Amino acid sequence: MEVPRYWRLQKQRYALVGEICPHCQVKIFPPRDVCPECGGEAKQPFSFSGKGTVFSFTTMYDAPKGFEMNTPYTVALVKLEEGPVVTAQLTDLGEQPVEIGMPVEMVTRRIREDEEDKGIIVYGYKFRPVMAGTH
Amino acid sequence: METASEKSESLALKPDRPVGIIGYGAYVPRYRLPATQVARLWSGEGEGDLPVKEKSVAGLDEDVATMSIEAARNALSRAGISPSALRAVWVGSESHPYAVKPTSTIVAEAIGATPYIQAGDWEFACKAGTEALVAAIGLVGSGMGRYALAIGMDIAQGQPGDALEYTAASGGAAYVIGPADESLAVIEATFSYVTDTPDFWRRAHQVYPSHGQRFTGEPAYFKHISNAAQTLMESLGTKPADYRYAVFHQPNTRFPQMVGKRLGFSDEQIKPGLLSPVIGNTYAGAALIGLSAVLDVASPGDCILVTSYGSGAGSDAMHICVTSAIEERRSRAPLTRDYIARRSEIDYATYARYRGKIRMK
Repeated sequence: MEVPRYWRLQKQRYALVGEICPHCQVKIFPPRDVCPECGGEAKQPFSFSGKGTVFSFTTMYDAPKGFEMNTPYTVALVKLEEGPVVTAQLTDLGEQPVEIGMPVEMVTRRIREDEEDKGIIVYGYKFRPVMAGTH
Repeated sequence: METASEKSESLALKPDRPVGIIGYGAYVPRYRLPATQVARLWSGEGEGDLPVKEKSVAGLDEDVATMSIEAARNALSRAGISPSALRAVWVGSESHPYAVKPTSTIVAEAIGATPYIQAGDWEFACKAGTEALVAAIGLVGSGMGRYALAIGMDIAQGQPGDALEYTAASGGAAYVIGPADESLAVIEATFSYVTDTPDFWRRAHQVYPSHGQRFTGEPAYFKHISNAAQTLMESLGTKPADYRYAVFHQPNTRFPQMVGKRLGFSDEQIKPGLLSPVIGNTYAGAALIGLSAVLDVASPGDCILVTSYGSGAGSDAMHICVTSAIEERRSRAPLTRDYIARRSEIDYATYARYRGKIRMK
């Protein structure tokens, strides 16, 4: 990933910062400055809670470039509590089987590394099964 | 001439304005490597005299930045303050993901504390975390800033087959420091004891540390912890019986038990903060996650003596007393034991893969 692009996307990738539409109150992720619901201008940042459920998922055995070292890994469509659906890796599954409807929570993790040990480390959101004791 | 007791009275470090812990948060990764797995591979021994039961191992997508972010989020949840109210984000570790590029800026950005902050990475072997904490006490105690975040976190390295491989673990804790009257535990005083002691080191470009074998015990760990804890207690006029709990740096199970006993602490005082048997030695995280486990169970009025140890070498001792705010804030984030209970056992091969011990080219 190019460094400037990574830097531009940092806020949304590190902490699920999207937008809220000041006209119709819809929560928007990823941020796009125009509300997909009402078409109004929406630039007000909104931090998502990170809570959601697995809408659907698949397991990757043949990974795209930059992700080869992590196979096999699970990618899911996660429906956030506030509405939007995001695509993200699931992590910290251990022996836990993934199920549709499973409650998950956002964590910030290493997504990939560029140029082996020389490039930048790309951090971003993943989701894990909700931890016991989380309130 | 100053008498010994007058001298020790002036040695304790106390801020001008009283400070305390506003929020705290632990992090331990999910995976566990039993010590028997290491023994089976390298010494052919079974259940014999192993330094810990098992150690925590970070997953493929974790490093000191990601682990610090989670601990910091937990600490902020307990503190109940806006991240933008922080004036410093300091991360102590000996396994920062970059050689040059601060971990603390990544953490600060992810928790929403940028840009009006101090940020920096601290390094002092296993006491980098408490070093950051003492600095935070100074920043808040001088009135320069209202809140500061100090983190001790490590993904500890141990050479395959080395004695350290049984214990070198992943985890740590984060602390939001602020004014004493808002705190869940008041930090009354600290004291540090430092000498140049070559017990453990890692040179530039080396993946694994070297250590001075038996030299790591008496002249290093025991001398520094004993002097730091003893002098702090003398200067405050306290004795072991005045503390409900004591936490010492925990490179294995036995050292903290021994140093506690020598200083006059009982097993009951040490046990709640002794996590090394089940998570191993989290290096810069070790004393601080021991403290977070104690704060999880402490009652208002309880006093805690915390003493870290970092090779090279030095110890920071702290006198901490819990306030009534603990009861309500404790439940705002996962407890240390919730992380310890979240456990997937792995074998040595998986550990080797997760911790980058298999080189593909």
